[in-house]
Amino acid sequence: MELEFEHKPAAHCENGVIANMLRFYGFELSEPMIFGLASGLFFSHMPFVKMAGMAVTSFRTFPGVLFSRVSKVLGFKIKTRRYLNEEKAIADMDKILLSGTPVGCVVGMYYLPYMPLEYRFHFNGHNICIVGKDEQTGNYQVSDPNAVEKVYISKRDLMKVRFAKGGTYPLFGQMYWVESVPEKLPDLDSLVRKAIKKNCWLMTSQPKWLPYFGVNGIYCLSRRIRNWEDTMGPRKAALNLAQVIRMLEEIGTGGAGFRYMYGAFLQEAARVTGVEELNAFSVRITKIGDLWREFAYKAARVFKKRQGEQYTYEELSEILGRIAVLEENFYKELKRVV
Amino acid sequence: MKIEDVPQDLKYFKNTIIRDVTYAVDDKGNYRSVLSDGWSVKNDALDVTLDDINEECESIRQRVLAGETSPLEYHAAKNFMGIDLLSDYTGISKRTIRKHFDPNVFSTLDEKTLNRYADVLRISIDELTSIPE
Repeated sequence: MELEFEHKPAAHCENGVIANMLRFYGFELSEPMIFGLASGLFFSHMPFVKMAGMAVTSFRTFPGVLFSRVSKVLGFKIKTRRYLNEEKAIADMDKILLSGTPVGCVVGMYYLPYMPLEYRFHFNGHNICIVGKDEQTGNYQVSDPNAVEKVYISKRDLMKVRFAKGGTYPLFGQMYWVESVPEKLPDLDSLVRKAIKKNCWLMTSQPKWLPYFGVNGIYCLSRRIRNWEDTMGPRKAALNLAQVIRMLEEIGTGGAGFRYMYGAFLQEAARVTGVEELNAFSVRITKIGDLWREFAYKAARVFKKRQGEQYTYEELSEILGRIAVLEENFYKELKRVV
Repeated sequence: MKIEDVPQDLKYFKNTIIRDVTYAVDDKGNYRSVLSDGWSVKNDALDVTLDDINEECESIRQRVLAGETSPLEYHAAKNFMGIDLLSDYTGISKRTIRKHFDPNVFSTLDEKTLNRYADVLRISIDELTSIPE
């Protein structure tokens, strides 16, 4: 059996699953709109949380937050479940699927059979949506926002990815589905204004003594990155830098990508609310996105040296410092026009 | 970023259905979503990480050849698995796994245990008990 589910690839897995799911229920919202409504733009640099022994840098809110925020502001009822028993997790999913409901799952990347081998890292925060089951083979049809078309995955693989292991963040077959939908969407105008205000607040409200989140986090990374080569040695510093870039750009999301997505959202927001100034802000965040890309490009030249190009950690730090100032002013001024 | 500047550096997405979606502006300044084959900067970052893992694998391989450790340690590293993860996925305790890193112990393992490792590491038993030349 197969649901009438239109699959569209997306820049980011969580937004993508939400957008595809809402479309299934007849609500057409773009990926940037969902990202914006969920106030998804963020920055955090956490030297005290380690992944593969390196500090975690993130350019978005925490996993799962987008989903709960969007469903809340739009008035959808979402049900989430976690399991200890693998068989039960699959049986329950079958039941919901057969009732004609697409089921979202949080999965690990590592055992996903259709991912390029090099991308199969132990990252347990990917979102996919189960949209059908082939009765003969028992394979499941999956809409993965990173893929350009729907894919099939065997029951065994699905169990493995839903119960991906990992010391800090093991998965317990977490799945979610839409329980009830509102009759019509609430008035987007006020929601968009509120979401923008909230996002500005999220990025700039942290006190100075909390240096890891929001704009403060960018300043913090800028300060720390300058000394990396001295404190860690060239090899470890290069690895750490590569880690930041991978977090920045992995699977099309990341720093620049999210800034561009927010730019697309601000354009839509200008149409929805009729606030013309938002278009100018869209151009500004696009420029900030370009600067993030410049940072990524120069960083790549630092850890993979090419002839004739010499960039230093000092320069990278300086670019980050510039980005931080630009972003801080951006949010502070954006807050005033909505 | 302009649509024509969206990078299309195909490397790791080759022969897969995975692609990036990027938002970029057209000539009129309107945002659109564009499919991208990847970006060399990203590929380079992945290379650095993979190179690091390969280097580690190579040093383990040398130790396997010298008879200091078993091929199991090599294949675990090759699959980005530390001893913690290997233990989580196989259900074999870390202590026992450390014992299996001893080539003398490893050579006496029964098929059932080898199968458990091979299954988790996605290789055959033949591959598990040997290392590449």
